Amino acid sequence: MSDARSSAPNRYSRYLVVAVPYLWLLVFFLAPFVIIFKMSFSTTAIAMPPYTPVFETLSDLWTRFSELSFENYVWLTDDALYIRAYLSSLRIAVVSTIFLLMVGYPIAYAMAKAPTSIRPTLMMMVILPFWTSFLIRVYAWIGILKPEGLLTVALQFVGILGPDQQVRIFNTEWAVYVGIVYSYLPFMILPLYAALEKLDGTLLEAAQDLGCRPIKAFWVITFPLSLPGVIAGSFLCFIPIMGEFVIPDLLGGSSTLMIGRTLWTEFFSNRDWPLASAVAVLLLLILVVPIVLFQNQAAKAQEKGR
Amino acid sequence: MNTRLSWFNVTALTLGFAFLYLPILLLVIFSFNDSRLVTVWGGFSTRWYVAMWNNQGLMDAAWVTIRIALVSATCATVLGTLGAIALNRFTRFPGRTLFSGMIYAPLVMPDVITGLSLLLLFVAMDFARGFWTVLIAHVTFSMCYVAVVVQSRLVTFDRSMEEAALDLGCPPVKTFFKITLPLILPAVVAGWMLALTLSLDDLVISSFVSGPGATTLPMKIYSQVRLGVTPEINAISTILIAVVTTGVIIASIMTKRAEVERRRAERMAAATP
Amino acid sequence: MAKTLGPVKRSFAPWNDPAAKPYIQYQGITKRFGDFVAVDRLDLTIYEREFFALLGPSGCGKTTLMRMLAGFEDPTEGRILLDGQDMAGIPPYRRPTNMMFQSYALFPHMDVVENIAFGLKQDKLPKGEIDARVQEMLKLVKLEPFAKRKPHQMSGGQRQRVALARSLAKRPKVLLLDEPLGALDKKLREETQFELTDLQYELGMTFIIVTHDQEEAMTLADRIAVMDKGRIVQVATPAEIYEEPNTRYVADFIGNINILEAGVTATGAGRTRLAAEGVAAAIEVERDCPVPVGEKVFFAIRPEKMRLSLDEPADTTVNALTGEVWDIGYLGDVSIYHVKLDDGPVIKATMTNATRVVERPITWHDRVWLTFARDAGLVLAA
Repeated sequence: MSDARSSAPNRYSRYLVVAVPYLWLLVFFLAPFVIIFKMSFSTTAIAMPPYTPVFETLSDLWTRFSELSFENYVWLTDDALYIRAYLSSLRIAVVSTIFLLMVGYPIAYAMAKAPTSIRPTLMMMVILPFWTSFLIRVYAWIGILKPEGLLTVALQFVGILGPDQQVRIFNTEWAVYVGIVYSYLPFMILPLYAALEKLDGTLLEAAQDLGCRPIKAFWVITFPLSLPGVIAGSFLCFIPIMGEFVIPDLLGGSSTLMIGRTLWTEFFSNRDWPLASAVAVLLLLILVVPIVLFQNQAAKAQEKGR
Repeated sequence: MNTRLSWFNVTALTLGFAFLYLPILLLVIFSFNDSRLVTVWGGFSTRWYVAMWNNQGLMDAAWVTIRIALVSATCATVLGTLGAIALNRFTRFPGRTLFSGMIYAPLVMPDVITGLSLLLLFVAMDFARGFWTVLIAHVTFSMCYVAVVVQSRLVTFDRSMEEAALDLGCPPVKTFFKITLPLILPAVVAGWMLALTLSLDDLVISSFVSGPGATTLPMKIYSQVRLGVTPEINAISTILIAVVTTGVIIASIMTKRAEVERRRAERMAAATP
Repeated sequence: MAKTLGPVKRSFAPWNDPAAKPYIQYQGITKRFGDFVAVDRLDLTIYEREFFALLGPSGCGKTTLMRMLAGFEDPTEGRILLDGQDMAGIPPYRRPTNMMFQSYALFPHMDVVENIAFGLKQDKLPKGEIDARVQEMLKLVKLEPFAKRKPHQMSGGQRQRVALARSLAKRPKVLLLDEPLGALDKKLREETQFELTDLQYELGMTFIIVTHDQEEAMTLADRIAVMDKGRIVQVATPAEIYEEPNTRYVADFIGNINILEAGVTATGAGRTRLAAEGVAAAIEVERDCPVPVGEKVFFAIRPEKMRLSLDEPADTTVNALTGEVWDIGYLGDVSIYHVKLDDGPVIKATMTNATRVVERPITWHDRVWLTFARDAGLVLAA
């Protein structure tokens, strides 16, 4: 409906359509961030539940202001552990995203080149693991990667490892990489596939007709045109991987530092809510730029489809 | 376009799918392993399924998880569809940028942040943690996924059909339910299924916002896994995988059959003047 | 009897009758989309039982005009009256108009009967009446055996008839058709054209069609409004549009025409004498001249109004052009000759291939003479 029809019941229903999800998200998505922000400035004493309600807190903000302490943030920046955790998470996220691209791109490319009739089946096969539980699949890798696990057995069987040797992947960063690539692969493949499928095959034919060798044609034509998919997939993977908890916890052991795990430990083991909040806020600040970029890209992609 | 697959592509696909499916396959196989150890095959046995069935904690958690998943998926679908309509149809309303941001952000937001922030909200509201808090949390992040799925369908939807309905005397709300909704239903259903999976699968957020009596299956599995690998987990995993696989395969077959039927009808129609 | 332009369809001409009441009126209509002005201070009157065509290139505002009548757009300024009632604020589902969409917009999840019955159900008519009306419509468009089919099970032509039946089912006061014949192939289009005009006449309804196809407009309409950039350039019957265009734009838009720039050498009552560049002979036209002597005008003449001959005419000083045959377009029934005048432009002349065997065929590079009557051409100021 391009123009507003001013009949009363119609306008009412329009407001409702927007208001209901809007209010829900304001209350259950945005408001929590305000609280977590406030919490990160508190000391443990103030922060112990039961709380004073948020409204009260907002009204005597000035009096509270003096009680706000940057203690938590100072703590974060002082203690090398946290800095290392942030940097390590960044490193793992970037490296994982690159691995995901390297593994996912050939698969997505092959799917896009496949005969049209089997493409839906291939799609289904990529999505199917996604529908089964994430936790369960990571759990499966434990059985494979642990020292006495299946990988060791297989390698011993083939003769690469001697009978006393064991594969030492479990509880190292490499296990985390395997787990992350495995779990996030569908998130990388699907946007890549969507972009590659839309590619006009005649462009490559034109390139070849003009004398361009196939491999060069890929880098000069296919890859640049698939860039929106690469970007979408990268954002879709990088941002959540930064805050990933389950995989480093189950596969990474104590040597792998990731900030999501640190947050969990601060909250559940140390029961230090304000510190956990500070960790979260800092993580959020680091991720704000990628998140906003992602939102813009996603919104623009939806508009283009119009 | 050359539709034959080169050896490179075939290798990529084979290795890729092998990588994706091998762990799942192993999981299923070893759920029938008589031995407790992962590496030793003790013979075929269903004892772990029995053990799983008798594990009250596991079964209770499964029941909680299913209930939460079904209810949250339905609520998320309603809210997400409304959100998609709001984004797609109403191009100017105050705070639209914020709304759009709130819809897309949860798609990438790390679970730990969402979980912690929601817990703080519930504590601030003095909301007792348990079934309802997990439900609310799941609805909140699932609805955004539903919104994205439904919106991408709405973008390709032919608005002239809605105009035709209006022109024939059907007021806007009725037009939505009689014309638009039936035609975008596949996307809405896909959104529902997506929300269901997300809810069934969620560990981190549930851990933060859950309370006594509302332990979800992922939470239970996680706590048991930390103690060591038990094949009961394999058993329940296999069942979950079997259910999901069957569902997805049935859905695929039905879609394929409808597509074939449609093609045949179109060809038939094109033949007649 | 007075001289007339072209064959007269019927004596239906309410636009010439001062006592006739206007049925649809656009008054001072302007429509802006942001900075873009789609319709610019437009006035138009349409009478009851007219088959009216809005004709123009894409972007001229014709579709916007129709959508404003249907209720899908609101005018930025001005008002629209239908049967004396101001349509402002009335939503599309409460207007007595119905529209046949360019894409047909059939509901894919409903079969033919349900599609046709849809509008009737909105009016909450009793079931028996709905069924009867649907049957009536099916018979009208000859689709009875397809009643239970769904849109994707039908061909383009059949879908078009369902769309037509659906839009007629409610017996609207006005039927709006958006490029109705665009998607059909040539043969089907010709058949459907006559079906449409017969239907409109029998039902006694007012039809308004929007099209960019001049042939469609000329065949179907009682009157045509030629539009350009949000304005109406001319409103007249097809014959008037063709033989009496008021501007070069209209003359050029419909059919083929030759336009020569010329200076006015003499004027009189109903007579004008022109001197065109590159043409030795004078041009005499039996029309009033819109500009004074010495100014420039445009002389316009249709290709079929000229006579082509290898023989020199008796009088070569008036209304006689000579040149070399530059190109020939052979269309079977007619041939279009492009003649390059000495020191002048290229003139198109159409000759019917009236005989199967021609004694002296005209071919490329032949020197030919083009002659025409004094009432064959027009003088246009703009």
